[in-house]
Amino acid sequence: MSTITTEALSATTLLRFATAGSVDDGKSTLVGRLLHDSKSVLVDQLEAVERASASRGQEAPDLALLTDGLRAEREQGITIDVAYRYFATPRRRFILADTPGHVQYTRNMVTGASTAELTVVLVDARNGVVEQTRRHAAIAALLRVPHVVLAVNKMDLVGYEEAVFASIAEEFTAYATELGVPEVTAIPISALAGDNVVDASARMDWYGGPTVLEHLETVPVSHDLAHCHARLPVQYVIRPQTAELPDYRGYAGQIASGTFRVGEEVTVLPSGRTSRIAGIDLLGEPVDVAWTTQSVTVLLADDVDVSRGDLIVPSKDAPATTQDVEATVCHVADQPLTVGHRVLLKHGTRTVKAIVKDIPSRLTLADLSLHPHPGTLAANDIGRVKIRTAEPLPVDSYADSRRTGSFILIDPSDGTTLTAGMVGESFAAPEPVTDADDDGWDF
Amino acid sequence: MTTVAKVTGDGEGTDSPYALSHLDALESEAVHIFREVAGEFENPVILFSGGKDSIVMLHLALKAFAPAAVPFALLHVDTGHNFPEVLEYRDRVVAAHGLRLHVASVQDYIDRGVLKERPDGTRNPLQTLPLTEKIQSERFDAVFGGGRRDEEKARAKERVFSLRDEFSQWDPRRQRPELWNLYNGRHAPGEHVRVFPLSNWTELDVWQYIAREGIELPEIYFAHEREVFSRSGMWLTAGEWGGPKETEPVQTRLVRYRTVGDMSCTGAVDSDATTLEAVITEIAASRLTERGATRADDKLSEAAMEDRKREGYF
Repeated sequence: MSTITTEALSATTLLRFATAGSVDDGKSTLVGRLLHDSKSVLVDQLEAVERASASRGQEAPDLALLTDGLRAEREQGITIDVAYRYFATPRRRFILADTPGHVQYTRNMVTGASTAELTVVLVDARNGVVEQTRRHAAIAALLRVPHVVLAVNKMDLVGYEEAVFASIAEEFTAYATELGVPEVTAIPISALAGDNVVDASARMDWYGGPTVLEHLETVPVSHDLAHCHARLPVQYVIRPQTAELPDYRGYAGQIASGTFRVGEEVTVLPSGRTSRIAGIDLLGEPVDVAWTTQSVTVLLADDVDVSRGDLIVPSKDAPATTQDVEATVCHVADQPLTVGHRVLLKHGTRTVKAIVKDIPSRLTLADLSLHPHPGTLAANDIGRVKIRTAEPLPVDSYADSRRTGSFILIDPSDGTTLTAGMVGESFAAPEPVTDADDDGWDF
Repeated sequence: MTTVAKVTGDGEGTDSPYALSHLDALESEAVHIFREVAGEFENPVILFSGGKDSIVMLHLALKAFAPAAVPFALLHVDTGHNFPEVLEYRDRVVAAHGLRLHVASVQDYIDRGVLKERPDGTRNPLQTLPLTEKIQSERFDAVFGGGRRDEEKARAKERVFSLRDEFSQWDPRRQRPELWNLYNGRHAPGEHVRVFPLSNWTELDVWQYIAREGIELPEIYFAHEREVFSRSGMWLTAGEWGGPKETEPVQTRLVRYRTVGDMSCTGAVDSDATTLEAVITEIAASRLTERGATRADDKLSEAAMEDRKREGYF
C-alpha cells in the first residue's frame, strides 16, 4: 500500500468480483495470496492470524483465517457465508465477494455473483473440470456475470505442464460458451507457491497471458451505454416545502441503466403518463446528463403523479408492463417455494403482492437437465417459475438489464427473502449474438 | 495462451467517460441506501458519535435529500468518557443543520445502578444496553450505523440491511441473502434493521471522500500535542475514567486519533499529519489497521466483535 499516492488513488475505478471454488481447490489460499501479495494484509491482521494458527497447533499461518470471520467458520474450518474483502492497487480498487464453495451454499454464490462484474472459478489442475466446476460456470452464466476467469490452480502439483492446463481450459471454455458466458480468461496458477497470482511465474514461460491480478486490474468495468435502455426507479419524492422552494418536487433514484438528458420526453410506469425532464440534480448539483449508476433527482416539466415504486423511462424506449412474470429463480430460503404460494415481489423500488402460478421445471446444475413440474423448489434449487402479480410491472429481460430484470420474492408473514429471480428466457438457451459490436450483455 | 471465448472491445470500459470513479460509485450506492430507508421505514435514526464515519454518513444523508432536510434524527450513545472536542463538534453540527438529537447515556445507567463500571474502566461494551433500550423506547425501526466491512472480519460478514430481533440481537447464521441492490427491510413489530451505508468503504475511501468534499472534522483527528500515557501498547489520554496508574508516566507527545470512541479504550497514534493530505499519505503507508492500532476492546478475544454484535452492539 505504501506505493499508492493520493493522486493515483483518486483516478481509480472499482471492480466488484466474486470467487467460486470447491472446498479443497485452494480458494482461501488464492484469496489470501491475492491479499497478501498485493500488500493488502496489514501487520496486525497477519499477527492475529499467526497467533491463532499457532494456538491451533499449525506450523504455517493459515491464510484462510484472514477471511473466515465467524466463530462457527473457524471452528469448522469452512466458509459458511459470503464475506466482502477490500483491497487496492495503484490501478484499481476491488470489492471481493468471497463465497463458500459447498453445494448447500449455492444461494451464497448467487448472492456474491449478483453484484459481481467478474467471477473467478477455481479448479484443481489434478482433477480438471468436475461437477462443481460446471455448477459454478452455470451460476455465473445464470447471473450473467460479464467476465469469467478460470484459475487452474495447483499447477505445481502437475509439473507446471502446459498440456494439462490447455486441456482443462479448452474443456471449460467450450462448456461455458455453450452456457452463454461471453468471455472466459483461463490462467494457470499455483496459489500456494504464488505463480501467476500477483507475480508472473518463471516456471510457466509457455504462458503469455496476464496474472490474475493483472487481469483484474485491466478488465473493462462498464459497457458502452448507448446500447442500454434508460431506466430510473423512483425511490423517494423530495419536497422541501420551504419558503425558498415551495414548489420543488424531485424524483430521487439511482439510474439502473442507460442515460437521461434534460429535455428528454419520458414516460412514468406503470401509469403511462408522459412528461419532459426539466432538470436533473446530481446530489445537489444541476447537470444536463446523468447515467448509470448515478444517484440523481429528476424534475419533470408537468405536474404528473409520480411516487416511490414508479419507473421513469424514455418515452421512445419504454418496456411493456405485465402481470405475468416468467423467470429463472434461485430459491434462497430454507422453507420451500410451492405452486400457490402467496408472496411479495420486490422489483426495483416497487413491492407488490404476487402468487406463484406454476413451477414448470427444476434445473439439475450438474448436467443442466430439466426436471419437469417439480411442484416445489427447496433451498438452493434453481428452476423456472410463472408468477402473477397484483399490479402491472415494467420488467425488462435480465439479459438486457441485471437491475430492472431482477427481483426478489419475500414471505409476507415473516419478511424472509425467499427467492432471487431473473426475468426472461431460460439461461441455458441464450439468444444468439448478432451484432458484432454489441455483445448483448449488460450489468 | 489466454483462452478467450469472445473478446470485448479493448479498454472500452475502463476509459469510458461513463465509468464512475470508485468514490463516485461508493457515494451513489450509499445515497441509494439512504433513500431506500427513507422510502420504506417509518422512524429511522442515524447513529452519530462525532467520529469520521458518522460524519461522512451525515454528509451523504444531507446530499441524498438536498435541497430538502434530512428526514432522520440523530442518536448519540454518550459513554460519559467522550472527548470534549467531539461533543462540541456534535452540538455544533446538530445546530447547523437543524437536526434532532437523541442521547442514550451510559453514565445515567451507571448512576441508576443498572450498569456496573468494569474493572478495566472501558465503557465500550456498556454502550449496548442504553443503545438497545433507546431503540425500543423511541420505536426506531431503522438504525443507520457507520460500520464498514473492512474494519473487522466479523463485520465483513455483515449485510447492508441487517435484521435485529426484539432484543437487538444479530444472528450471523440467519442473515437474509442480499441480492443485487434489492434490499429487504421487512421486519415484525419490535424488530428493527441496522443499516450500513458505508459497508463497502475502506478507511482510505472515507478519508479521500472527506478530502474531496471538504468535510470538517473534530480537531483530534489531526496531529496535536497531548498529554498521554502508555497502556497495552497504546497512547491513552489521561482522564477521570481511570488513567493513568502510578506506574504509567504521563508524557507530552505529538499524536492524532484514527478512530474516535470512548477515551478509555481509544488510543492515539504518533503522527505529525496536520492536514487532510498528510493524513491520507500516512494511512496509505500504514502497516496497521485502524482497529488494530487504536482499539483495545477488539483485542480482548478473536471473536470480540462478533460477540458484541450478537448482543446488539453496532
